[in-house]
Amino acid sequence: MPKSLFDKVWEAHEVLPQSPDHPGILYIDLHLIHEVTSPQAFTVLRERGLKVRRPDRTLATMDHSTPTLPPDASGQRPYVSEAARRQVEQLQKNCAEFGIELHDYQSPHRGIVHVMAPEMGAVQPGMTVVCGDSHTSTHGAFGALAFGIGTSEVGHVLASQCLLQNKPKSMLVEVKGTPGPGTGAKDIILAIIGQIGIHGGTGHVIEYRGEAISALSMEGRMTLCNMSIEAGARAGMVAPDEKTLAWLKGRPRAPQGADWEAACQRWLALASDPGATFDTVVEVDVEGLKPQITWGTHPGMEGNIDLTLPADDNPDTRKALQYMGEQPGEAMLGRKVDVVFVGSCTNARLSDLREAAAILRGRKIAAHVRMLVVPGSEQVRQQAEAEGLHQIFTEAGAQWREPGCSMCIAMNGDRAGPGELAVSTSNRNFEGRQGQGSRTVLASPATAAASAVRGAIADPREFL
Amino acid sequence: MEALKRIESCFVVLPEENIDTDQIIPAQFLTTTSREGLGQHAFHHWRYDENGQPKPDFPFNQAENTHCQVLVAGHNFGCGSSREHAPWALLDMGLKAVISSEIADIFRNNSLKNGLLAIVVPESLHRQLLQASERKIIIDLENQQLTFAGQHHAFEVDGFARHCMLNGLDPLGFLLEQQPAIDAYENTHG
Repeated sequence: MPKSLFDKVWEAHEVLPQSPDHPGILYIDLHLIHEVTSPQAFTVLRERGLKVRRPDRTLATMDHSTPTLPPDASGQRPYVSEAARRQVEQLQKNCAEFGIELHDYQSPHRGIVHVMAPEMGAVQPGMTVVCGDSHTSTHGAFGALAFGIGTSEVGHVLASQCLLQNKPKSMLVEVKGTPGPGTGAKDIILAIIGQIGIHGGTGHVIEYRGEAISALSMEGRMTLCNMSIEAGARAGMVAPDEKTLAWLKGRPRAPQGADWEAACQRWLALASDPGATFDTVVEVDVEGLKPQITWGTHPGMEGNIDLTLPADDNPDTRKALQYMGEQPGEAMLGRKVDVVFVGSCTNARLSDLREAAAILRGRKIAAHVRMLVVPGSEQVRQQAEAEGLHQIFTEAGAQWREPGCSMCIAMNGDRAGPGELAVSTSNRNFEGRQGQGSRTVLASPATAAASAVRGAIADPREFL
Repeated sequence: MEALKRIESCFVVLPEENIDTDQIIPAQFLTTTSREGLGQHAFHHWRYDENGQPKPDFPFNQAENTHCQVLVAGHNFGCGSSREHAPWALLDMGLKAVISSEIADIFRNNSLKNGLLAIVVPESLHRQLLQASERKIIIDLENQQLTFAGQHHAFEVDGFARHCMLNGLDPLGFLLEQQPAIDAYENTHG
């Protein structure tokens, strides 16, 4: 029987199949850890006298609670609170005690967990990857089965390297056509979420396929898979191809020599077999797609950049418009912007920063706009600085920060104020996500940069 | 976790669709390294104004709701992040069950692992619950049946999660018992 990419990865990791008495037991190849969702799991290990079963399959970094401003003259980092400092120190202590590789401040690989792990070559096709973080779906870009878990499950994986899981349903999202100028992966995934809805993928693992997906770079595929969770899906996957192999070759944890050749053959065979079936099939036409933005309080409330705000004829739309300070029938284009954020596990890779810099080069951001550019990792930061991108940002009037999640989740003190409108390259525009009372418009790096220059929501095509 | 067999309680209604985990427990409270004490911060942005004063129109601030053990919420409850702080916060508020017409995957998994019963009901029953004037419910986990307005309704729950909840068992114990199978898997898969 023909198998899908998802079927193949799932079946290769079944320690025990599902039975009437218990869920399936799924083996996990790579467990990523950060400071926010792991401390209570380590507490359980200590209480029960357990060890980490496979420290060699566990990789830790710190990203959510870490300041993006540098240490002061005495070396003190400007944590938002003592609790944030203690949380980071707890991760350092836990990793030392349980023998886990931690990418601490001095590591050249520290960064947002979903940026740094692929950079190291730690995520490879056909793997199962989990992390206590819903955007773990990012790693499906490599043809891995990657999904977010809760802290209890973090404890399960630490102790047993396994998870209790029933097999989710499968969904094929076939993306047809060629998107228009000034668009990229972010616009494609926003359009997909707009079409299938924020719970359209609930209970499913998505496979993305089609000419528009094949045409995406690996970084674009990470952006795409990253936001699968915003459609409710556990995971998103793209079949490995030559681009996948080219991206992985030579990375620190990628196979070398003869092992590399064997791995490539194995990886390319993971693609769904012709005739493989899916529980749900969706077709999305992106021919001539315009830049996309959100207007409401979840990622499915989105549309073309020149959209007109909908009528407030149901309670949820009314609540969203009210929260956002918007009126039905108005345009989003031209709305005054207070804050612009380029960063997050969705859009803080080198290609994203290049995209923003291409618009900011030789221009200034509007005087009333506060703009933060936060690279996804130390590697991204170093590469961007080697290309002089940081100078383009600072000369335009933006702040160039140290790597971390920053204003995407607003845990570390980087936030927008009440009533402020932020154009953000992140993944969630929920109420208060970027600070209590703040308003978020999700967009691509190009749209964010164009809006910073204009001081109002702007169409990036006018800056190309 | 505590064993849970039966709940007989009033219920609180939050009719909004797509209540995400950032609303249930905003990120500013995630710097904790403990599971305890999150209930006071649950629904913080909806529950308190910018000066930290309780908003009187928010249901959990109303005296008749403070002791309810069941939340009935709008479609697609718990979407967004994987933070287990969300069910921890709801349990710490005294809730034992959440009912909606759709519940996001990770939130539902996290809830069941902590003894917060997450129940998905058909839209017709969901609508009745949202509109009820008499907000009383009985949830019988042993028989997978809820009773509302004199009517019995069967509900689905994962068999293993039900077994763990009825007996107060932590699923980690089961997983650790599978060590021989995990050893065998590792021996054949490198």
